[in-house]
Amino acid sequence: MLTFLALTSVALLGIVPEQSQAIAIYTGWERHALVGSDIRLSCSFFSWRWTSEDVTFSWTYRPDGSRDSISIFHYTGGAAYVDNKGPFRDRLEFVGNPGRRDGSILLKNLELNDNGTFTCDAKNPPDIVGRPSSVRLLVFEKVPIQAGVITGAIIGVVLGLLVLIVVIYYLMRFLVARRVFSLSVSKHGKKKKEGSQQRQGPVPPADPSKVKAATSEKKKQESRKDKK
Amino acid sequence: MLLILLGVLILHVIILILLIVSTAASAWSVADNSAKDLWYKCLTNNRGYHCQPSSNEDWIQAVQALMILSVLFCFFSLIAFLYQLFRLVKGGRFFFTAIFQILASVFVMCGAIIYTVMRPNDGIHTNFGYAYVLAWVAFPMCLISGLIYIVLRKKE
Repeated sequence: MLTFLALTSVALLGIVPEQSQAIAIYTGWERHALVGSDIRLSCSFFSWRWTSEDVTFSWTYRPDGSRDSISIFHYTGGAAYVDNKGPFRDRLEFVGNPGRRDGSILLKNLELNDNGTFTCDAKNPPDIVGRPSSVRLLVFEKVPIQAGVITGAIIGVVLGLLVLIVVIYYLMRFLVARRVFSLSVSKHGKKKKEGSQQRQGPVPPADPSKVKAATSEKKKQESRKDKK
Repeated sequence: MLLILLGVLILHVIILILLIVSTAASAWSVADNSAKDLWYKCLTNNRGYHCQPSSNEDWIQAVQALMILSVLFCFFSLIAFLYQLFRLVKGGRFFFTAIFQILASVFVMCGAIIYTVMRPNDGIHTNFGYAYVLAWVAFPMCLISGLIYIVLRKKE
């Protein structure tokens, strides 16, 4: 099985022509964040080649409503160069791992002016043909509630209360009926005992206590059954 | 007796239809060329007819929830009415039906009030549309229907 997989992968690598091998870059699509928070913009790539030592990552930023993009990060030759003049000076940090094909950056202390599109471009020589990928950053003063959250919550709570009330209603009815049933059974038992005692003839007056003990024992047994 | 039952049933069905139309129709706020409802706001300009989802504000979601709940409760009360019609003891009252119907009317009232107070105000010439009017009409009809169910007794 393993040898079959190895053979097919080698065959595919050999069959796929050089021109269609391209580097594929993955970032997110959209990121939401609050003012003043930090956010990590991830960027990774897929390439048919092994990760070379000359792998490069570069991030560019285009503010919302502007047509120019500026470069804010570049990693090459094993060293990371962060923005020290532009809008992100002292707020940008490289948290990626180029050896693992991860070129993520961390933006700290976001402002409302940071709304815009961030583009990541990665190159893995000799695999340099690829399309850069963009992630859109949206910074909010307070996180907006998604559509339907409150709607669903209100409907769920009301229907849940309804089901709860119906269940409690039927439970109360069931318990009350059961208590009435047990009381009637104990009364019936009392009447039967008194009838049998009268047939036996004169009896010592310790009977009421015996009858009470018998009914209390019956009640204890029934309560034990209820607890079960 | 049969006539009264039939009349009450027809009234109930009419209220249910009014509630469904009011919840779903796109005419809560109308202006010259745009119509808004609880779910979408649609605009007709020289480029065609465009719709986008309504804003995600808290109050619109609350109105959506209340209108949906009122439709559900009206439907539940209809089912309870049909059930109690055949299963109730002679001389009994339609309590379940009445409770659900009155709750439905309370929900419609709350929804319509919230919409009235927080109405979306972009544009000067926006008026209330027919779906909003239907919601306000459905509320007293629903309340009266619920009260009728409290008073109604099952005979024969």
